[in-house]
Amino acid sequence: MRVAIKVNGQECSSEIEPRLLLVHFLRSTLGLTGTHWGCDTSNCGACTVWLDGVPVKSCTTLAAMADGHEVKTIEGLESSGVLDPVQQGFIEEHGLQCGFCTPGMMMAARALLDRNPDPDEATIREAISGNLCRCTGYENIVRAIRWAAAHQTAQEGAIA
Amino acid sequence: MLRKEDARFVRGQGHYVDDVNLPGMLHSAILRSPYAHARIVSIDTSAAEAHPKVKAVITGKMLEDLKLAWMPTLSGDVVAVLATDKVRFQGQEVAYVVAEDEYSARDALELIEVDYEPLPAVVDAKHALDPDAPIIRDDLEGRADNKIYDWEAGDAAACDEVFSNAEVVVSEDMIYPRVHPAPMETCGSVASLDKVTGKLTMWTTTQAPHAHRTIYALVAGLPEQKIQVISPDIGGGFGNKVGIYPGYVLSIVGSIVTGAPVKWMEDRSENLMSTSFARDYHMHGEIAATKEGKILGLRVHVLADHGAFNGVAQPTKFPAGFFHIFTGSYDYPAAHCKVTAVYTNKALGGVAYACSFRITEAVYLVERMVTCLAYELQMDPAELRMKNLLRPEQFPYMSPTGWEYDSGDYPRALKEAMRIAGYEDLRAEQAARRARATEPGADPSTPLMGIGLSFFTEGVGAGPRKHMDILGLGMADGCELRVHPTGKAQLRLSVQTQGQGHETTFAQIVSHVIGLPPEDIEVVHGDTDNTPFGLGTYGSRSTPVSGAAAAVAAQRIKDKARVIAAAALECSVEDLEWEHGRWYVKGDPSQGKTIAEIAMAAHSSLELPEGVEGHLDASVVYNPPNLTYPFGAYICVVDVDPQTGAVKVRRFIAVDDCGPRINPMIVEGQVHGGLADGLGMALMEVIAFDPDGNNLGGSFMDYLLPTSMECPSWELGETVTPSPHHPIGVKGVGESATVGSPPAVVNAVLDALQIRHADMPFTPAMTWRALQGRPMRPDLAIE
Ligand code: FES
Ligand code: FES
Repeated sequence: MRVAIKVNGQECSSEIEPRLLLVHFLRSTLGLTGTHWGCDTSNCGACTVWLDGVPVKSCTTLAAMADGHEVKTIEGLESSGVLDPVQQGFIEEHGLQCGFCTPGMMMAARALLDRNPDPDEATIREAISGNLCRCTGYENIVRAIRWAAAHQTAQEGAIA
Repeated sequence: MLRKEDARFVRGQGHYVDDVNLPGMLHSAILRSPYAHARIVSIDTSAAEAHPKVKAVITGKMLEDLKLAWMPTLSGDVVAVLATDKVRFQGQEVAYVVAEDEYSARDALELIEVDYEPLPAVVDAKHALDPDAPIIRDDLEGRADNKIYDWEAGDAAACDEVFSNAEVVVSEDMIYPRVHPAPMETCGSVASLDKVTGKLTMWTTTQAPHAHRTIYALVAGLPEQKIQVISPDIGGGFGNKVGIYPGYVLSIVGSIVTGAPVKWMEDRSENLMSTSFARDYHMHGEIAATKEGKILGLRVHVLADHGAFNGVAQPTKFPAGFFHIFTGSYDYPAAHCKVTAVYTNKALGGVAYACSFRITEAVYLVERMVTCLAYELQMDPAELRMKNLLRPEQFPYMSPTGWEYDSGDYPRALKEAMRIAGYEDLRAEQAARRARATEPGADPSTPLMGIGLSFFTEGVGAGPRKHMDILGLGMADGCELRVHPTGKAQLRLSVQTQGQGHETTFAQIVSHVIGLPPEDIEVVHGDTDNTPFGLGTYGSRSTPVSGAAAAVAAQRIKDKARVIAAAALECSVEDLEWEHGRWYVKGDPSQGKTIAEIAMAAHSSLELPEGVEGHLDASVVYNPPNLTYPFGAYICVVDVDPQTGAVKVRRFIAVDDCGPRINPMIVEGQVHGGLADGLGMALMEVIAFDPDGNNLGGSFMDYLLPTSMECPSWELGETVTPSPHHPIGVKGVGESATVGSPPAVVNAVLDALQIRHADMPFTPAMTWRALQGRPMRPDLAIE
């Protein structure tokens, strides 16, 4: 079947098998390898991307389900060469080690901040509870997201 | 300093093995056994071969012709690459398919017909030595039972003497269940054999690229100089990526057979079912003491479940690893351990999962036994520990089982942890709560408060090559440091990072010695063609061994730079003074040369003194004189819901001493991660089996890892006691927290329950049963 999916703002049209998973479509068909694959069961969140602005696990989403929709991956988080505050926060607060969970974790974090620009710690922990990290112990990830919240508020304040 | 590596990771530009894609690359998949123990009667691959997208189907029988059906394990046992005669654990590799794409490869697996004749399985290590137990390894000549080895350390007679005269003896049975390292990236490889040049390039998830290259040469009979092992970014290791797995070898076979590059990536279920578990120690401990709480001796008998093949990664001389460091952090004269290892119908393992070779089990044992003793004596466990901890003046300290601890100030670390925790107040709060709970009308749902302590000594940085080797390879590590003419440097390491931040830390070590900015020092690793030989990253080896190599190499550069600076400044070397990054003439700081200027001079037409070669390079092979011994004191506070058994970690205080910290931020990050892993083992992680040997933990639905919800906000502290024999005093830290935290959490839960012992993991169901006085074995789904 043929699908047309807008990925990171670009229209991508491709002939695929109906059973192709979105994670494989992104990684193999489009070569966007920032989205990772860590489990078979929707448990780890390494494959988290956005489908029409909502974070989904692309390991259990069919590419066909994204036909006619918009997908955003980690490669689309940076805008015109400037890191998203979430990306910067992960660097500043040492929110990653091996970096494998990181793209999915940041997609979940960005989605949270879009809904709630100033979340408390409990809210942050809940928002990333579907994203496993084996390296960090989460503490610095929470700090990274708070850093991002603080800095985007500051930026928005500056613009206003 | 922030990490250099993060710039690529936060952009999704990390380059992991599964991101490697080569022109014409094929994909592959492995058919695995549904049985734990069964004879293979026949395998019919004809339907799979007929699949239009399949390029090759390989069975064990075909590998026999290539002499590749069996390969050595890291312990000198052998393991089947593909099973030929029978399968010995659920998930064992039986057949291999190479196809144009991964979906077709997996489709083809379903077309392979295997006729199995099921055999009775040995699941419980305690029954592996029963006279009527089936013999699992009938492939090994002369095998009449399932015992792998008996091994002893310490002085049995001295121990017996102490125990027969002791005022108090406490004994306990405990299980350190089978757990899995479960890095977020599974294992995989891309093998590419160039038929014209005969060169094999292997991209693979490995913590030890050089050791892997040597083993491929030995296994596949390929010339070692024609093998290049590349491990690009690695998505976590934790010991899971030390060993060589059949899938790696199969991808090489696939490339040889098809003439194309072949990728193999394991899925999560395959990873959890077949790829190296850890622990699985059944321990009987006895501790002897005076009534006042002076510990006199400890003895222990371990039954070690190694699964169907002995694939343990540890130094050859120590079949039970460094378990005999079980005397822990305390001063007592007598200790003895006996370890018996057995085969069972489970996946092979005993990997160094964040355990520096079985120290995790040892620390768990001693910290549980000491806590049991405190329980028996009705003494505060902190007070009991304080009474028995080694004192600073006892270092270097020779343990009763022959380990020389390098340095330490243990009471200081424990006091610091107690200070951060507010230990006295916590105990007062607990006493008040307990008193209230006995009052009439007390709310039965009030959480039970528990406080747990642990103190650990680790031995990391394996190790002196006269004592330690793996498969005959000594455990030294190499490094090469080159300063280029413009003063930019490259450091080439034999160790490989899996997230520890080597690119930052090692640049900082070199920067610290020669004063070039860390940004100007590029760290190269994970490519055997471009780095010197060494045994790799596991057992917290990187900083103690390779870190020392880097410091020594930098020092050699500094020494050479001095001679070249003297030539350039036309003075004698004795007339030079060092300030960070620069040699200058004594008494005249304006006359000097920076390292960058000296580097240019070293490559220039400058006449160099007799015997001094040009260039500013150094290469070092570092053979560590001893292990380093980091230590720490941990305190955990939990609330247990008496009605559901749910355990909530309220606080966790961790004081670590790993000597001077090169990058404190990275050290803290390592500790956070280790604490989460340890918490997982104490509260939720176990791979259990049913009586037929079915693995009950084969996905993240069943094998639970801690999430952000279970982890508390960690409270860290530190003390600093340098190692006297490491060039910059540092000790390893990567595994400390995983070693130290499980006993702290378990001691806290049992303190809340006010019972002496029950086995982890304390899932709500297990905790609730323990509360009812009906604990069950965590490793078996039977009672
Ligand atoms: S790969 Fe999708 S949730 Fe784990
Ligand atoms: S940084 Fe390694 S899994 Fe999260």
